[in-house]
Amino acid sequence: MTSTTEPSQRGGINVARLLMSFGPLMFLALLIVVFTVLKPSFIDPINIFNIMRQISITGLIALGMTFVILTAGIDLSVGSLLAFCGMVAAVVAKGGTANTLSLSTSGTQGYGWFAALLAAVVVGAMAGGVQGFAITRLKVPPFVVTLGGLTVFRGLTLTISNGGPISGFDASMRWFGTGLIGPVPVPAIIFAAAAILCHIVLRYTRYGRAVYAVGGNAEAARLSGLRVDRILISVYVIVGFFAGLAAFVLSARLNSSEAVAGIGYELTVISAVVIGGTSLFGGIGSVGGTVVGAALIGVLQNGLQFNNVSSYTQSIVIGLILILAVAFDRWLKSRVRR
Amino acid sequence: MSPAEAAAPSPSPPLLVVEGVTKRFAGVTALSDVSLEVRPGEILGLLGENGAGKSTLLKILSGVMPPSSGRIIFDGVEFNPHNPQDAKRLGIVTIYQELSLIPTLTVAENIFIGRAPLGRFGLVSWRKMEEDSRAIIARVGLDLDPATPVSALSVAEQQLVEIARALSLKSRLIIMDEPTSALTETEVQKLMSIMDRLRKDGVAIMFVTHRLEEASAICDRMTVLRDGRLAGHLDRDGGPIKLPKIIEKMVGRAASELYARPTLRDVAGDVRLSVRGLRTVRDPQAPHAIVLEGVDLDLKAGEILGVAGLVGSGRTELARAIFGADRIAAGTITLDGKTIAPETPADAIALGIGLVPEDRKHQAIFAALGILTNFSIAALGHYSNAAGFMAERREREALASYRKTLSIRMASPEQPIEGLSGGNQQKVILARWLARDPKVLIVDEPTRGVDVGAKAEVHQILVQLAARGIAIMMISSELPEVLAVSDRIVTMRRGRITGEMPGIESTEEKLMELMALDQTQEATQ
Repeated sequence: MTSTTEPSQRGGINVARLLMSFGPLMFLALLIVVFTVLKPSFIDPINIFNIMRQISITGLIALGMTFVILTAGIDLSVGSLLAFCGMVAAVVAKGGTANTLSLSTSGTQGYGWFAALLAAVVVGAMAGGVQGFAITRLKVPPFVVTLGGLTVFRGLTLTISNGGPISGFDASMRWFGTGLIGPVPVPAIIFAAAAILCHIVLRYTRYGRAVYAVGGNAEAARLSGLRVDRILISVYVIVGFFAGLAAFVLSARLNSSEAVAGIGYELTVISAVVIGGTSLFGGIGSVGGTVVGAALIGVLQNGLQFNNVSSYTQSIVIGLILILAVAFDRWLKSRVRR
Repeated sequence: MSPAEAAAPSPSPPLLVVEGVTKRFAGVTALSDVSLEVRPGEILGLLGENGAGKSTLLKILSGVMPPSSGRIIFDGVEFNPHNPQDAKRLGIVTIYQELSLIPTLTVAENIFIGRAPLGRFGLVSWRKMEEDSRAIIARVGLDLDPATPVSALSVAEQQLVEIARALSLKSRLIIMDEPTSALTETEVQKLMSIMDRLRKDGVAIMFVTHRLEEASAICDRMTVLRDGRLAGHLDRDGGPIKLPKIIEKMVGRAASELYARPTLRDVAGDVRLSVRGLRTVRDPQAPHAIVLEGVDLDLKAGEILGVAGLVGSGRTELARAIFGADRIAAGTITLDGKTIAPETPADAIALGIGLVPEDRKHQAIFAALGILTNFSIAALGHYSNAAGFMAERREREALASYRKTLSIRMASPEQPIEGLSGGNQQKVILARWLARDPKVLIVDEPTRGVDVGAKAEVHQILVQLAARGIAIMMISSELPEVLAVSDRIVTMRRGRITGEMPGIESTEEKLMELMALDQTQEATQ
């Protein structure tokens, strides 16, 4: 998110530019201050780590979604895909669907956490690839393809799990959801590492440039020699991969893969990306913004809960913040333009 | 009153008077103390380079924004529209390049939008609406079924419908913003004759354009803006206002400098690109689109080949077919003696072909992205390592060097390219291709939307590139441009090459003659 902070000639615009880059971050800081004043224990490390653990699941998917939205696409299927990948991971971890409810941690018949992780991310990436293929080759808009995917993956999940959860994983797998490295929860570390990786890819690589270019102007990208279709497919593969990774972490944390996992996640994920300043029209945005967006939603949810605000009210507040964040962004841009 | 004065036809009082209008934006003065007048029954040309303040003035006159100071008098009363609807109601209609008709509605519905004639029971009287529409569009020389949806009309017809609608709203001043930019030559002629007719009917027209020839042909008077200030007024004096006079007002230098012919260069290069019998696929969805009907062409290393043709002659289609952007039905392309068959632009680029497309905004630039990204996008492989990481320092150094050699005026590599003037944007696009050191560079309308001053710079760049051995194919609808830089010129019409001649022997007249031909014919003189 450093790319828009070049020196500007005019004072008024400078402030607007700065706000555009750091607006969500300042809003996040403000929220933290407010919640801390309301209840000082909000800022306790335990709670902060708790928030980090909470945002890591949707945060991981939001990283992938950033790639998709940067190309002016959208993926509505991520919540269902998460459930599907989680179920695949569970089946692999348990070596089949036979003893779905046994909470035995012996894991003798299973294939171990690594195979489960691999299965989740490979299935996620492949599912993304299929959707990307439909979008580029069959020319069906991303909204429609992934809306279909949302139903298809949920149905597949229910089919393989027969509607119920698959529970009981061994300790080595559960560590990925519940373990700590020092004081830091493992999911938070996975999220942070993935965020840094994504930031590097988008900011410093040839591929990252191509993603921005395709989102900025697909026709100009094609006429500049980019293989636009391949890049489009790749971003759906990436978001699918992250849905698989998030599914693995979620299953490990809950010690269970639920058929109803991830319902509505697509909205939280898209909200995080958009609040973070990534334009739904493509070409503008950053991983840093998405991390801030995800943190903002996490802090808001946690802080409201902390102050005993009902979950019903929470969703009202989060929805309004989403609209306000985008309105604010629009307003800033109109100020900068003229 | 002296008898002499009484005898002369007294000039009608001005319909619109703009007096000392100034518009300031945060820190920038876009328009400074501009005054002008438009009288009924005259066509006033409003000219100026990009950034001269034309758009700002139009926005003020059409009610989009108020001036910071100064006053506007329309029909004798102070004109202070609060919004565009207000301006329209008061009698000033602005017709923008992006037309404001609703494509899914019919011609009649568009004309009567928001004021449909009602019949019995307060229901819309379709018959009356269509009858009235027919009469209204007849005023602009259109004879078509008012029940036709607007989407089925050509851009030119849509424009006429919009003018007709303006007239039916009792508009007394019609402002046309670059109305001819999307029209073919015949359509331009037709629009001009309608403007002439409206002028005779006493309508006042303000004609905003970049095309000096057209402005000169039709305008009674011209107001030229420069850098937000008034550069001067020009009056028709017996004959049309002369181009050099206009250009001088616009850029303040003698016009003869602008289209200086390059010294005759020695082009002894080998044939680089050779095209034989090239035909393109007719898209069943666009049966009227132009297709190539068998094009033969040779392009030598170090040569600038000018391709002259009107809009719709197939010139752009030729460029796109060679570049792999459109599908080829038949024919061969050879590059340095080897047959090539690029199926995508990526293929063509890998072979050493570059294309600067005609529509910069939609086909070339990434408006919101920085200049650096815009510059290197076609050469990402050159500025990255094997692992795929950008070698940003090398990339920045390359941009810095092109910035110097092409004199690109920019603030920083991170500045969004949309903030640059058209000329500087075009230089960035040229730099994009130079970074790949292409064998063949196709430039389609290289100076469209480029300021007069920067045009000469772009021409200089093209000549220098050719001197380095690049084979350049330059497509342009501006004949003076074709004549200024081409070593050899071919003309096109209806998807075919209609003629060829050396640049040094060409004149506008000869080229126009060839451009009008239907079949291939060597220039005889």
